[in-house]
Amino acid sequence: MTKVKTRIPIVRKKGLLAAFGFITETAKRPATGLLLYISSRTLYAISMSRSFAHLIVATAVTCLLVLACFQVPGDWNWSGVWEYRQKFISGWLVTLGLSLAALVLSVAIGLVVALFLGARNPLIEATGRIYVEIIRGTPLLVQLLLGFYVIANAVGIENRFVVGTLVLAAFSGAYMAEIFRGGLNAIPKTQRDSARAIGLTQWQSFRLVILPQAVRLVLPAIAGQLVSLIKDSSLLSVIAISEFTLNAREVNSFTYSTLESYVPLAIGYLMLTLPLSATARWLESSFSYER
Amino acid sequence: MRLTIKDLTQTFGTTRVLDKLSIETGMVNSLVLVGPSGGGKSTLLRILAGLDIPTRGTVTFDETVLQRDEANLRLYRRTIGTVFQSYNLFPHLSARENLILPLVHVHGFSRDDAIARVEEPLRRFQLHEHADKRPAELSGGQNQRIAILRAMVVRPKRLFLDEPTSALDPEMTAEVLDMIEGLKDSGTDFVLVTHAMNFARRVADEVAFIGDGKVLSHGPSKTVFENSKNSRVTSFFEQVLR
Repeated sequence: MTKVKTRIPIVRKKGLLAAFGFITETAKRPATGLLLYISSRTLYAISMSRSFAHLIVATAVTCLLVLACFQVPGDWNWSGVWEYRQKFISGWLVTLGLSLAALVLSVAIGLVVALFLGARNPLIEATGRIYVEIIRGTPLLVQLLLGFYVIANAVGIENRFVVGTLVLAAFSGAYMAEIFRGGLNAIPKTQRDSARAIGLTQWQSFRLVILPQAVRLVLPAIAGQLVSLIKDSSLLSVIAISEFTLNAREVNSFTYSTLESYVPLAIGYLMLTLPLSATARWLESSFSYER
Repeated sequence: MRLTIKDLTQTFGTTRVLDKLSIETGMVNSLVLVGPSGGGKSTLLRILAGLDIPTRGTVTFDETVLQRDEANLRLYRRTIGTVFQSYNLFPHLSARENLILPLVHVHGFSRDDAIARVEEPLRRFQLHEHADKRPAELSGGQNQRIAILRAMVVRPKRLFLDEPTSALDPEMTAEVLDMIEGLKDSGTDFVLVTHAMNFARRVADEVAFIGDGKVLSHGPSKTVFENSKNSRVTSFFEQVLR
């Protein structure tokens, strides 16, 4: 390293040395030294903070992606895609609406099925178990097609948005059920004892004692499942719902600009999933009750 | 209270934990159950507290026979208080919320009335400054005292305490035992399972020595501790009181 320094042109070396000398000299004065110390500690603290770290890594990844994009041969055709911005917006809104409805519904289904799975009555337990195994064991694609063209047709529901939301919620609900069941089982038996001892009914014990504790345990897993649900909603295109992914695909076929159509798609999904993850983390911290 | 138990049997699978246990107490304020671990004390206490249903046999408190169905047992549990070895407070609630919960959801108090009602006991037992902390932030002794308060604020007919000091270190044991002794002075009936023999001796109106699922010795504490004719009982006390 010292050899490298000697090769620096003299003028610059002088400047550098002078600057260095100035800093070391001033640093020797107590007040300035203290100031330097405090500011360096502050910088260090900021750099160690979690949100700052997230920002740094996110920026780095974005920069790398942008750099990689510049390596793509040929010209970018953003103007062609911009023409169809309305399609992106309407698709995004449809996905948002579908996902929100399916999200609420799937949590409810998951809770009910989790109770089925833990039921003492073998018939109820079997119903829950078979539901979970069939849903988890078959592709969502098949469930959507069967749900729309067979089941919905048979019961006379024609609205494809309703059917799509229901199938999506039923699909996600099966995974939720297993997550909830795990969470409920993780609450020690002594808590149920304690709830019974003070005279709570079974339902009160579930609602006031078991569920609040289980929710905290399952939050991270539930959040992950909800993120999956949002992305899985892209499959609703197979029953001709004009959701976000289908619309992006259409824009691609109109403009022949594949990347320009799909990059906004990725960003649009992140706009849905990132707030969800952030909310889950916030809930997790506000639910936590251990030291 | 006057407790009468006839031929109480409790089996778990093939293990017989209580074996035709019978006892008839006099009119007592406090009954203490002592004896070796695995002898059936805690099993007996759970039945008395209406948490488990025995395989066979009857339990009578004063003139009331303990029912065998969950609905009636729940009504019974609302009239009594139970304290567990490991406190079993609700970890997601503050100490105060733990006390309020049974008042509001079981005994029909409004939230404000419930808060007002727990205020005085919290102060009396110097738990007031900790009332807004959750169980994880409290010491074992504080937790157990909150658990005893939770059982007490509903003004139960009687209290069941299952080894309330076994999970505590000696310093905290003292503060919990003091509180239980206070119960006796205030005239609250209780049945206590404990390994703290000197304490048992001090607070018990009657002592029952439970071993092998039976009552091996029973009577006023002096009789059981000093003049038992059962060799199992005398050798147990020789061991633990040495």
